[in-house]
Amino acid sequence: MPSKKTAADSFPLQKCPTGIQGLDEITMGGIPRGRPTLVTGAAGSGKTLIALEFLVKGATLYNEPGVFMAFEETSEELTTNVSSLGFDLDGLAKQKKLAIDYVYIERSEIEETGEYDLEGLFVRLGHAIDSVKAKRVVLDTLEVLFSCLPSEGILRAELRRLFRWLKKKGVTAIVTGERGVNTITRYGLEEYVADCVILLDHRVNEQVSTRRLRVVKYRGSYHGTNEYPFLIDKDGISILPITSFGLTSDAPSGRVSTGIPSLDAMFEGKGYNKGSSVLVSGTAGTGKSTMAAQFAESVCKRGKRALYFAFEESPKQIIRNMGYAGIDLKPYLDSKHLVIRSERPTLFGLEMHLLQMTKLVDQFKPHIVVMDPITNLISVGFQTDVKSMLMRFVDFLKAKQITSLFTSLASPGNLEQTDVGVSSLMDTWIVLKDIEGQGERNRGLSIVKSRGMAHSNQFREFKLTANGLMLEDVYLGVSGALTGAAKAAQIAEEEAAARARTEEIERLGRHIERKRQVLESQMIVLRSEFEVEEEEIRKRMADLEAREQAAAEQENRMAQARKVDEETGR
Amino acid sequence: MKNSKPKEPEDAVDFYELRLYVAGQTPKSLAAFANLKKICEEHLKGRYRIEVIDLLENPTLAKGDQIFAIPTLVRKLPEPVRKIIGDLSNTERVLVGLDLCTISQAEGGKA
Repeated sequence: MPSKKTAADSFPLQKCPTGIQGLDEITMGGIPRGRPTLVTGAAGSGKTLIALEFLVKGATLYNEPGVFMAFEETSEELTTNVSSLGFDLDGLAKQKKLAIDYVYIERSEIEETGEYDLEGLFVRLGHAIDSVKAKRVVLDTLEVLFSCLPSEGILRAELRRLFRWLKKKGVTAIVTGERGVNTITRYGLEEYVADCVILLDHRVNEQVSTRRLRVVKYRGSYHGTNEYPFLIDKDGISILPITSFGLTSDAPSGRVSTGIPSLDAMFEGKGYNKGSSVLVSGTAGTGKSTMAAQFAESVCKRGKRALYFAFEESPKQIIRNMGYAGIDLKPYLDSKHLVIRSERPTLFGLEMHLLQMTKLVDQFKPHIVVMDPITNLISVGFQTDVKSMLMRFVDFLKAKQITSLFTSLASPGNLEQTDVGVSSLMDTWIVLKDIEGQGERNRGLSIVKSRGMAHSNQFREFKLTANGLMLEDVYLGVSGALTGAAKAAQIAEEEAAARARTEEIERLGRHIERKRQVLESQMIVLRSEFEVEEEEIRKRMADLEAREQAAAEQENRMAQARKVDEETGR
Repeated sequence: MKNSKPKEPEDAVDFYELRLYVAGQTPKSLAAFANLKKICEEHLKGRYRIEVIDLLENPTLAKGDQIFAIPTLVRKLPEPVRKIIGDLSNTERVLVGLDLCTISQAEGGKA
């Protein structure tokens, strides 16, 4: 096939998608095409299943028929074992998309004498490949040969020949191997399969087991090097390469209401950033769940979908308890706007939780996700594991632009330090706390941080009312914000003082008025006195003038009588 | 390689039905056939039948007898089924494998 050769030359390594959820992301496209890949792990680590899913997915998704050569289980056993995973091996075999060949080797039935080779195996494999035109081959597990055949020298030479032969056939193969002590495989199969080695592991921590997968080696390709947890559930294998998402998620614009108008006001009146992660931490009974439920309710009210993961209460308990707080979730549950998934954290390992959650998110496509509370997960895993799980979950949600709210139970001693240590993962952090004093316990709220959003710096008191969570007005006393009875006292005091002030003002006003009235009445008296005096004076003046005139007339008359010289005028 | 040695069974219990699986006429296969014939003539004269199956011609037959190594000698009768892999160059082991004698007998006979 010269055309294929040139293609292979221009692309040094062609990859064969496995179709296994997550594995193709880790390996950046799949396992090396046309070459054998070694999958190794201890007993029960899922080797056979990975190999089988590779074939089933190849047959169903990529139209690449496969051959499964089993050394450990008969084809009937295999078919039964994986039917619970939804793999219909019989059906695929009937459609000529899958051939299963069980190679039975029983040490006690075999006598070895002289030279031999494994041509029989080659013939069977070759025949099986030809019968379905297979592109994929699984050998599970070749190591049985080592325990059943005494001549290791012959076996090793034959294995080398087998892998060369497989490469020449151009089939993509998965060879499984048992993990050895301090070695990748017990019999050194990695010696022959040098292109890609995948290691499976199954560890138990605190009674909870986690399966992990790691690509130890991938010649000629870049690949994720971490240990990735994986799960085997009713849909087969899922690997969670969420850490490989990286921080590339978009930052959507837009806001989501917190469901509490007065809390919205603390975030510029708009609420949380869309697609952001919100942490609500607080001590027991500070109203974390109520806040979460109110958020979910407000989202549902706007016709969006909310997904609520509860680790403490059953859905019915949540609905009843939130009913008392005036949050009626039932209609949204009925209208399928809300899904509440309640599970005890200890039911599964962390990875199972994470996988189930991501699966549910994929199915339900919620606009917001609530997890209440994340601290309960610590009972399942170590803090670092919980943190890494949450980190992957937060990244996953961010990539899907889903706003998420997590509640966390804080220990009273160090409120501003979450037990899970996840606050750095969160965009917004709201702390709820108890304020004890004067014989009562009040609740307060403050925003510790909120990335990319202006937010109020005030410490606010809130109450859990029959209408949900309500923020109270702020009262600042001499020693900080006042709450409860102290606040009521302060309010009364301030009101009294205010009343006193207004009374004083009124009193002073009246005083001025009185003064003015006195002044004015005095002015009237003075004026009337003045008028009396003026009259008298004027009277006298008139009198005097009259007298003057009379005198003048008298003189005139006398002068006329005396005939006084005109010229003198006298 | 197609030839076989049919002989009527004298006694059903003692009759040996043998199958030799080969893949093409390789030196190992030829040696195995020669060795087998020699042993049978020596120890089972008249009570055996050898069927040679070439897997290159009948690959499907490999599955039935669970053949993986070449050459493989399968003792179909008498029951239980026994398998001997290799070119049958070690006569004692072949005799043990065919249940014709125990190891000590074989070694003692040699000594």
